[in-house]
Amino acid sequence: MALLEVEDLATHFHTREGVVRAVDGVSFSIDKGETLGIVGESGSGKSVTCYSLMRLIPEPPGRIERGVARFDGQDLLQMGKSDLRHIRGDRISMIFQDPMTSLNPYLRISTQLIEAQQTHRDIDTKSALFKAIEALEEVGIPDAANRVKSYPHEFSGGMRQRVMIAMALINEPDLLIADEPTTALDVTVQAQILDIIKQRQERLGTAVILVTHDLGVVAGNCDKVNVMYAGQIVETGTASQVFYEAKHAYTRSLQKTIPSLQEKGQELYTIPGLPPDLSKPINGCAFHPRCPFPKTGHKGTERPSLKDVGDGHCFADCGFCDSSGSIEDVLAKGDLADTALPGEGAEA
Amino acid sequence: MLKFVAGRLLQGILVLLAIYAVTFFLVAATPGSPFSSERAIRPEILAQIEAFYGYDKPVFERFMTSLGNALNGEFGPSAVYANRTVTDIIAESFPVSLKLGALSLLVAMTLGIPAGIVAAVKRNTWLDYVPMSAAMVGICLPTFVMGPMLALVFGIILKMLPVAGWFGPEFWILPAATLGLVYAAYFARLTRGGMLEMLNQDWVRTARAKGVKETTIIWRHCLKGGLMPAVTFMGPALAGIISGSFVVETIFQVPGLGQWFVRGALNRDDFLILGLTVLFATLIVVMNLIVDIVQVALNPRLKYE
Amino acid sequence: MSDISQTAPLQHKPQPDPAGPAVAAMLEELEEGSSLWKDAWARLRKNKLALTSLFIFVAIVLFCVVGPWLSPHDSQSQDLFVGAEGPSAKHWFGTDTLGRDLLVRVMEGGRISLLVGLVATTVSLMIGVIFGAVAGYMGGRVDAAMMRFVDLLYALPFTIFVILLMVAFGRSLWLMFVAIGCVEWLTMARIVRSGVIGLKKQEFVEAAVSLGYSHTRIITRHLIPNVLGPVIVISTLTVPAVMLLEAFLSFLGLGVQPPFASWGVLINEGQQNMEIFPWLLIFPAFFFALTLFCLNFLGDGLRDALDPKSAKD
Repeated sequence: MALLEVEDLATHFHTREGVVRAVDGVSFSIDKGETLGIVGESGSGKSVTCYSLMRLIPEPPGRIERGVARFDGQDLLQMGKSDLRHIRGDRISMIFQDPMTSLNPYLRISTQLIEAQQTHRDIDTKSALFKAIEALEEVGIPDAANRVKSYPHEFSGGMRQRVMIAMALINEPDLLIADEPTTALDVTVQAQILDIIKQRQERLGTAVILVTHDLGVVAGNCDKVNVMYAGQIVETGTASQVFYEAKHAYTRSLQKTIPSLQEKGQELYTIPGLPPDLSKPINGCAFHPRCPFPKTGHKGTERPSLKDVGDGHCFADCGFCDSSGSIEDVLAKGDLADTALPGEGAEA
Repeated sequence: MLKFVAGRLLQGILVLLAIYAVTFFLVAATPGSPFSSERAIRPEILAQIEAFYGYDKPVFERFMTSLGNALNGEFGPSAVYANRTVTDIIAESFPVSLKLGALSLLVAMTLGIPAGIVAAVKRNTWLDYVPMSAAMVGICLPTFVMGPMLALVFGIILKMLPVAGWFGPEFWILPAATLGLVYAAYFARLTRGGMLEMLNQDWVRTARAKGVKETTIIWRHCLKGGLMPAVTFMGPALAGIISGSFVVETIFQVPGLGQWFVRGALNRDDFLILGLTVLFATLIVVMNLIVDIVQVALNPRLKYE
Repeated sequence: MSDISQTAPLQHKPQPDPAGPAVAAMLEELEEGSSLWKDAWARLRKNKLALTSLFIFVAIVLFCVVGPWLSPHDSQSQDLFVGAEGPSAKHWFGTDTLGRDLLVRVMEGGRISLLVGLVATTVSLMIGVIFGAVAGYMGGRVDAAMMRFVDLLYALPFTIFVILLMVAFGRSLWLMFVAIGCVEWLTMARIVRSGVIGLKKQEFVEAAVSLGYSHTRIITRHLIPNVLGPVIVISTLTVPAVMLLEAFLSFLGLGVQPPFASWGVLINEGQQNMEIFPWLLIFPAFFFALTLFCLNFLGDGLRDALDPKSAKD
C-alpha cells in the first residue's frame, strides 16, 4: 500500500482579481522510502500542492476545494486540527525554500530543536538537547555541542538549511516534503544539501517529496517524477522515463533549458512567453500558446488528461500538435512559438 | 552590552546638556524679563529685582552659573511665586505627577497590549473589529476632549466619581483613565501590527509544520518580536503622557507638575520652565535608555551587532 | 499589482539595441505617470469607510469656509443680556457666556483649525520630503548622520519645545504654523528616505543616471513622483496630528489668542462651564473629533489604496 495517495487535489485562491486555480486536479502516490520529484516553473502549483498536503495554505484567501490525500489510511484534508498537529512534524515533516527566514531569529537553535521533540514526545529537556546535538552532527554541523546554543543569524544559509533538515528529521518521520530546499543557496552548497537529504533518507527509510524547478536535480535524486504546469500534472513516470523518453512538449522544452545538457557554444534556450493566468479559464492544453511544435489542429476546449504510454509513464497528450519530430529540429526551423503568442491569452 | 549601555548613557547626557542649553537661550532670547509685567513697577525697583535674580549679568555668564547650580540640583527661585524655589515645587508636586503618569502608563499597557494581541490572533473577527474601532475612537479623541467627556458622564451625570482634586484613590481614576486610554489605543494598534507581522513570518509556518500548538506559536514564537513596536513606543508614550498631563491636570485640578509648567509658561517664570523642562527631558531620556536596553534584550540579532 | 504594471514594459519589451533615445522615451513614459493612480482610485472607491470620510470631511470644510457668510449672526457681536443660552431656533447651537452665536464661532474656529492643519502640514511636508530625499539619495555616511539626527529628535519632548517657542516669540498664528510644522516632519522624512532607497536600485533610475541626467532632475522627476503615494498617505495623517497639537496649545491658552478662536479654544471655554452649559463643550468637541476621525480613516484608506502590499486582506 502506498504511504500517501493523493487524488484529484484542487486548491484555489479567492482573490480580489478572481479565483486563482493554483492546483486543479492533481493525483499521485508515493511509497515508503521512495523519492518523488515535482518539477515545474514558479507558479505551476508545485509548492501549493505540498502546502495543501500539510494544510499550511493561508485560509482565506486559499481553500482546498476538493480531493483526498490518504496518508496511512487517514485523509489529511479532512482531518481535525488536533489530529493534524500530531501528524505534522512527527510523521510528515517539511523543509522550506528560504533557510534565512524559516528559522525563528528570536530563539536559539537548541530551543527550536527541543521544541520539535517535546511537541510530539514525552522527553525531558536534557535528553532532547542531547538528541539535538546528535542530529546536528548527523547533518554535518561542526562543533555541534557548542553551536547548538547559537541563534540562527550566527549560521550561514547552507548551515541553516542543515539545521532545518536536522529539525525536520529529528522525530524520524515517514515522509519529508522538501520545498525547493536548494533554490536559495549557493551552487556549491546545493549538492551538499541534496546529499545530506539522501543520506538521512537512506538511514531512516523516509519517503521524500522533492519540489524543484530544476529538472537536473530531479534526474539524479528521484525515483519518480511529476512534471507540473498551470496547476496540473502534465507528465509523470520514473525518473528515467521522464528524463530520457520525455513525451510532453513542456517537459521537452524544459530539458532544453538545462545549460549543462546543451552543446557548448549553443545559444541558451528559454521557453518563450509566460505561464497562463490561472484566474482565467483555460481551454485545451495550457501549454499550447508556448508550444514549439507544429500545430495540427485547433487546441480544443478540454484540458487533456493523463494517458498511459506504457510502464506507468503518463502524459497529458493534447493530440493537436505534432510532437513526433525532435525538439532540436523544431527549434532550428525558427521561432514558431513567437508567432503563436499573440492573442492566446498567455500574457499576464 | 556594557559598552552599548555606556555609549547610550553618554549620548543621553549630551542630549540633556543640549536641551538645557537650547531651553536656556530660548528663554533668555525672549524680550523683557519675567518681572516686566503690566503692573507698573518703578524702573529702579525693577533693576533691583533683576539684579537679585542675576539678570544684569551677560547671558553666557548667567548660563554657566545656572548650569552649575542645576548640576547641584538647584534650579533657582521661582520668579513669579515668591519665597519658593523650583526645587521646592518639584519636591512637592513630582510625587503626584509620578503617580498619575505611572497609573496612566499602566492603564495604557494593560489595556492596549492584550487587546492588540487578541486582535491580531483573531484577525477579521469581531474580536479584531471591536477593539480596533475603539482604538480608532481613542486616537481621534484627544485628552482635552476625552477628559471633559468622561467628567461629564461619570462625574456630573452619573455622579460616580469626583471630577476635581487629588485626595485619594477615587480621585485618581478619571485623570489616569483620560491620560491612559489614548495611549492604550496606540499600544493596541502597534501591538496588533507587530503581532500580525510576526504571524506572517516564514518561521511561523515552520512552527506549524512542526505541529506546534497555536497558543505556543503565539507565546513562544511571536510575542518577543510582536511586542517590539510597543516597546519602541514607550519613549514617545511617556513624552505624550507628560504633555498630556498639562491638560489633564488642568481639567481635573490635579496639583502636579503639569499645572506648574503651564502656569510657568503663561507667566514667563523662566527658572520654573527651565527646571521643569530639564526634569521632563531627563525622564524621557532615561525611558529611551530603558527602551534601548529592553530592545536589545528581546532581539538577539541586535545583541549580535 | 500596480507596481508590476509600472515596471513591466521595462522587463518585457524586447530591447535589442538599448540606445539612448529608446530608453529616454521609456523614461518619459514613466514620468508621465501610470495606471497606478487609476488603480488606487478604483481601490479607494470600494472602501466605503474612506469614501464616507472624504465626503464628510469635504462637507465640514464647506461648512466652515462658506458657513459664516450665510449666517445672519457674526462671531464677535456680544449680547450680555442673553448670556449663555441653549440651542434655539435663532441660535441653532446656542450662545456662549458672552451671548455670541456658537454656530458661527464653531465655523470660524474650524477655519482656523483647518488652516493650521493645511499650512503646518505643508511646512512639515517640505522639510520632510527634502530631508528624506537627500538622505536617501546621498546614502552612506551623510544618510547615516542625517537619520541619526532624526532618531534623536524622535526621542525628544518636542511638544514642550513648541510651548517654549510660543512663550519665547509671542503667540503669533504664523509662528505657531512654523513651530508645529518644524516638529512634525520626522515620519515624513523616514518614509521618503526608505522609498528613495528602494527606488534607487531600480533599473529606470540607473538608466536615468547612465543618460547623464542631473541629480536635481533625477530627484524631482524620477524619485519624488514615485514616492508620492506614501507621501500623500503620511500628509493625510499629519493633518490631524498638527490640528491636535494646535488644539492642545490653544486649550492651554498658549495657541490662538482672542479675538480669534480655534476649536481648541472653544473646547477649553466649553470645558470650564460644562456643568451648566454642556452644549458649549459638545458642539466644538463633536466637530473636532469628527474631523480627526475622517482624516484618520481617509489616511488609512489611502494607505490601503496606494500601497496594496500593506493592505489588510
